[in-house]
Order: sequence, then structure tokens, then C-alpha cells
Amino acid sequence: MRPVNWHEPLRADVLPHLKPGDWLTLLLGGICVVVLALTLWNGELADRAVIRSGGKIFREVPLSRDQQIEVPGPLGTSVVTIEKRKARISSDPSPRQYCVRQGWLQQAGEIAICLPNEVSVELAGSRKKYDSLNY
Amino acid sequence: MTTTIKLDSSAEDHHIARMAAVALGLAVLENAIPSPLPGVKPGLANIVTLIVLARYGWRVAAWVSLLRVVAGSLLFGNFLAPGFFLSLSGAVLSLIVLAAAQHLPSRWFGPVSHSIYAAFAHIAGQMAMVYLWLIPHAGIAYLIPIFAAAALVFGAVNGVIAARFMNTAVEGFSAKPS
Repeated sequence: MRPVNWHEPLRADVLPHLKPGDWLTLLLGGICVVVLALTLWNGELADRAVIRSGGKIFREVPLSRDQQIEVPGPLGTSVVTIEKRKARISSDPSPRQYCVRQGWLQQAGEIAICLPNEVSVELAGSRKKYDSLNY
Repeated sequence: MTTTIKLDSSAEDHHIARMAAVALGLAVLENAIPSPLPGVKPGLANIVTLIVLARYGWRVAAWVSLLRVVAGSLLFGNFLAPGFFLSLSGAVLSLIVLAAAQHLPSRWFGPVSHSIYAAFAHIAGQMAMVYLWLIPHAGIAYLIPIFAAAALVFGAVNGVIAARFMNTAVEGFSAKPS
């Protein structure tokens, strides 16, 4: 098998079309992406779970203690499980089971919502992550 | 009895329509490519916008780009649906940025720079539209780095394609409409 030399097409087809400023733009763009990823994915760990039922806060529990909480809703009881600093909805009477299939929540700001049963679990960190967002 | 409606159209109108049709073809082509995340797509039609910008100026590029958005939405059946406004906001912000970027010294900056700036503007316009209108939840911020990375990669690739095309295009294509 002939080894494919991919440097050759790169040199011939791509490099002549890049001017010095284009490299600068690429560099700036790359920095921009990295900065965005670092600031937006800074993965602040959550330390408590806010459980809501019918739009009102049902309970706020720390993630440090493993437990199961039964939350009543209009359709029945949803069960919130907290284990190893993670939280999930382990059982819910909703027909589509979206919030159950969402699985474990770990980072601050993550939220699982069971719409028909009006139950939600939101993880919160020590500080609120965004007050507002502007572009 | 038939009545013929005659619209006066100049050679430039025909030229713009032809360019928009090419862009539309590329948009249809890329619509067939599966995307891992809605919104992440190569934006091949922008290659046409870049070439038109370099050859015929910003005004013609704006016509071609906006015609492509409107006609494309009619073709895909999402005219005035959310997808249409996402395309439109992206295209408008791209054009605004291109209006500024075209004045960069051409000795140093080529279509690749234009393409990358426009791609970032495109995604910024779309995210603003998504946040202000469709999903006003801070959670969409998690997707921004992915969209930004895609904008950088696809912007650079489209820019190289446009630059390569312009450097090697046959003379017949580059003939200006009289």
C-alpha cells in the first residue's frame, strides 16, 4: 500500500490561501473558543438540590447526605435519589419518563423537570451562576 | 386571455439571481448532511457570499445572502418559522460584520479571515435569537463553546475553499456583468 502523504495537498491547496492576517484571525478564534469553553464549562460542582413541586420549592437538601425523597405531584409521587453528591429522579408517574431517563445531575445549574407531574430538581452551587446573559 | 407581467430587470439582477441560485444549491446539498447537533452545519452557501463579496462588493453579497435565506426557507418549507428567523439573524449579523471586515487590508487579510469573522457573527446572531426568543434559559450557554468551535473550523474551511476558488477560477466566470 502506498503511504498517503497528506502534507502535500495541505501545502499545495491550503497554505497559499492563508495570509498572515488569516493566521492571526485563526489564532484569535482559537483563543476565543478556549476562553469560552473555560468560562462556560467551568463545571462548578453543585452542593445542594432544589426540589420543586407545582412551581413552589418543596425542599432544599444538601448533596452531602445520600437519601431518597418522595415528592407528591398531581399525578402521583416522584422519587428523587441523592447519592455520592449526585441527584436524579429515580421514579416518576409521567408517561414519557424524560426526567428519569435524563439520569444523574452533577453540576450546578443542571435541572431535571417532570412536566406532567410538575416536579423538578435543580442543582445549585454556592453562588448563582448567571444573573443574566448578554451577547 | 393571458396577460404578461413584465418586470424590468437589469443584467445585475440576473447575475445576483444566478449567484443566489448557486448558494441555494449548496444549501440544499448541505441539508442532506446529517448534523450531530442542530445548528452545527458547514454553511457551504457562505462560500458563494464570500466570493461575491470579494468580486462585486458588499451590496451584491447582501442581496445574494438574503435572497438565499428567503428562497431557501421557501424551499425547505420553514418560511417565517423559527428556523427561518435563525437563518435570517445569522445572515444579517454576518453581513454587518463582513461590511466591517472587508475593509481589513487585503494585503494581510483574505477570505479566510472574512469567513471566520462572519461565522462567529452568524453563530452570535443565532444564539442571541435563541436566547431572546426561543429558549430564554441560561442553560444554552453550555452549547456556546461547541458552536464557537464549529464556527472556527467551518469558517476556516469555507474561507480556504473560497480563496482557492478565486485564485484558480477560470476567467469566464469572473467576467463582470456589463
